[in-house]
Amino acid sequence: MNHWIVAPIVLPAILAPFIIMVLRYHLDLQRIFSVAGVVGLLGIALTITAQAAGGEIHVYELGDWPAPFGIVLVLDRLSAMMVLLTALLALPVVLYAIASGWDERGNHFHPLFQFQLMGVCGAFLTGDAFNLFVFFEVLLIASYGLMTHGGGAVRLKAGVQYVTYNLLGSTLFLFALGTIYSVTGTLNMADLAVRVAEIPAEDTALLRVGAVLLLLVFCIKAAVLPLHFWLPASYANAPLPVAALFAIMTKVGAYSILRVYTLAFGPDVAVTEGLVGDWLQPAALLTLAIGSIGILGTRHIARMVAFCAIASMGTLLVAISLFTETATAAALYYVYHSTLATALLFLVADLVMERRGGAIAPRPPMPQSGLISALFFVGAIAMAGMPPLSGFIGKLLVLDASWYAPDATAVWAVVLIGSFVTIVGLARAGSLIFWKSYDASTQIDPEPETEATNDDEPPHRPAPEPQPGLAFTSVFGVVLGLVLLTLFAGPSLDYTRKTAAQLFAPEQYISAVLGRED
Amino acid sequence: MEALVASAVGVLTAAGIFLILRRRTFPVILGLSLLTYAVNVFLFATGRLAVNAPAVLNKYEEVPYTDPLPQALVLTAIVISFGMTAVIVMIALGAYLSSKDDHIDMAAQDSVDDAGEDA
Repeated sequence: MNHWIVAPIVLPAILAPFIIMVLRYHLDLQRIFSVAGVVGLLGIALTITAQAAGGEIHVYELGDWPAPFGIVLVLDRLSAMMVLLTALLALPVVLYAIASGWDERGNHFHPLFQFQLMGVCGAFLTGDAFNLFVFFEVLLIASYGLMTHGGGAVRLKAGVQYVTYNLLGSTLFLFALGTIYSVTGTLNMADLAVRVAEIPAEDTALLRVGAVLLLLVFCIKAAVLPLHFWLPASYANAPLPVAALFAIMTKVGAYSILRVYTLAFGPDVAVTEGLVGDWLQPAALLTLAIGSIGILGTRHIARMVAFCAIASMGTLLVAISLFTETATAAALYYVYHSTLATALLFLVADLVMERRGGAIAPRPPMPQSGLISALFFVGAIAMAGMPPLSGFIGKLLVLDASWYAPDATAVWAVVLIGSFVTIVGLARAGSLIFWKSYDASTQIDPEPETEATNDDEPPHRPAPEPQPGLAFTSVFGVVLGLVLLTLFAGPSLDYTRKTAAQLFAPEQYISAVLGRED
Repeated sequence: MEALVASAVGVLTAAGIFLILRRRTFPVILGLSLLTYAVNVFLFATGRLAVNAPAVLNKYEEVPYTDPLPQALVLTAIVISFGMTAVIVMIALGAYLSSKDDHIDMAAQDSVDDAGEDA
C-alpha cells in the first residue's frame, strides 16, 4: 500500500497537538514548526501529484479494511491537484500571517491553521461520504477558531453567524447522508455509484431527495447564490490572512460537487439525470451576477474582496454545472486561478487595512502606497480576468467550453457583463483608495472614521510592528504563482484535461476502490 | 412505531427551525441543539427500525438483527454536534460579553462605513 496518501492528513494532525502541548509558550518555535509543516506538506503534495499524474488511481485502506466496509482514501488526479493547491496556498498565507503579526494577536493560530489544513486535505482525499462529513467538521471547527482569532465584538458576532450557518449546513449534510444510506445501504462513494446505477428508475424519489439535499450542503460551502449569505460578513470580519486561507474552503464545496456528481450521481445516471446541472447553472449565473454587483456596491475593501470570492465561485460553478469534459477541464484550471487571485486580493486588502483602514474612500496617503497599489492592480487584473494573467485564460476556457451548451447565450452574457462590472468596481475601489488620496483637490475627512471601525477590533495592542519584507515577499509569492499559472497554462491544461477525462470515466475509480474483493 | 419516530423527527426539526429564526443567540443555540437531536434520531432510523434486535450477526442461527452502521454514524454525529454546540456557546458568550448585546444580527457594524448595504 502506498503510504504517501495518508501523509497530508497525518502530518498536520500530529503537528497541531505538538504545537499546542509542547510549544504553547514559544511563539518563535511555533512559527518555525508551522512553516516547516507547510513546507513538508508542499513536498508531500508534490510527491503524490507526481504519483497521480500517471493516471493510476491509488487507494489507501485505513486499518486495512477492504473497501465498502472500511474507509478508504483515494488519490486520483483531482484529489492530488487539490491537495497541491492547498499546500501552495498555505505557504504564502502562513508566512504572511507571521510577517504581519496576525498570529500573535490571539492564541493558538498555528495549531488551528494546521488542523484546518488537515481537514481540507482530508476532504480532498477521502473516498467515503460520511468521512467527507467528518473532515468537513474538522476543517470547520478549525475555521471557527481561526475566524474569531484576535477577538473583538464585531468579529465574534460575525463568528456566531458563521458557526450557526455552518452547523445548519452540517445538520443538513447528516440528513442527506441518512437519506442516501437508507436507500442504498452504503456510504462509500464508489460503492454508492454501483448501487445507484442498479436502482430501478421508478423507485428513486427518496434518492433524488438525498441527492438534492447533498447538493444544497455543498452549495452552502461553495457560497452559491441563495445560500451565500454567510460569506461576506464572515470573510470581511475574519482576520484577512485567514480569509485568504478560506479561499480554499469554498473550493472544497466545488470539489465535492464535482466529485459526487460525476461519480455517484453522474450526468448519465438515469436516477438523477439533468437534476444537478439544471439547478446549478442558473444558481451559478446568479451567484456571478450578485458577486459582481456586490463588488461595485460595497464600501469596504474586505467586503469587496469577499464579493470577488463569490463572483469567482460563480464563474467556477458555471463551468462545473455544464458537466462536460472540456468544461470541467476549464473549471479545474479556473480553480487554481480563482484561489490564488482571491488570496492575493485578501492579502493586499490586509496590507491596506493595516495602514489606512478598509473604507473605500480617500484617506491621507499611507506608507508604501506605490507598491501596494501595484499589487492591488495585479490582483484586480487577475480577478477581473483581463489579459495578461491567468484569469483571462481561465474565463476564455470557460466561455469556449460553454459555446455548444444549450444556454450558451446566457452564460456568455452573464460572464462577460459580470467581468465588466467587476472591472468597473475594482477600478473604482483602486482609484478611490490609491489615487484620490494624493489628489490635492480631494477633501479628506479630518477625522478618518476608520478609527471608529477599529474600535471594536481586538483590545488594541497597537498592531505589532510589521516586518514588511517578509509580508511583501509572501504576497509576491502569490503573484508569482499566478504568473507561473499563466506561463505554464499549456502543461496545466494538459493535466486538467486528463483529470477531467478521468472524472468522466468513473469505472476506473470504482474498480480501483472495489477491485480487491473480486 | 414508524409514525411515532417520524413525527418526533418532524416536531423536533420544526421546533428547531422556529427557534433558529429567533433574533437572540440563546434561542438560536437551543434550536440548533433540537435540530441535531432530530438528525440523530433520523440517522438512527435510516437502518430501518427494529425492536429487541442485537446489532450483531449471529452466525449460528437465523435471528433478527439491526443494522449496526447507523448506530456508529449516530455516535459520531452526537460527538460532533455536542462539540460544535459547546463551541458556539463559547463564541456566543464571547460576543455577548464583548458587545453587551446578544442579538444575532450585526446591523450596527455595517452602518459605520458600509451604510448597511446588502444588510
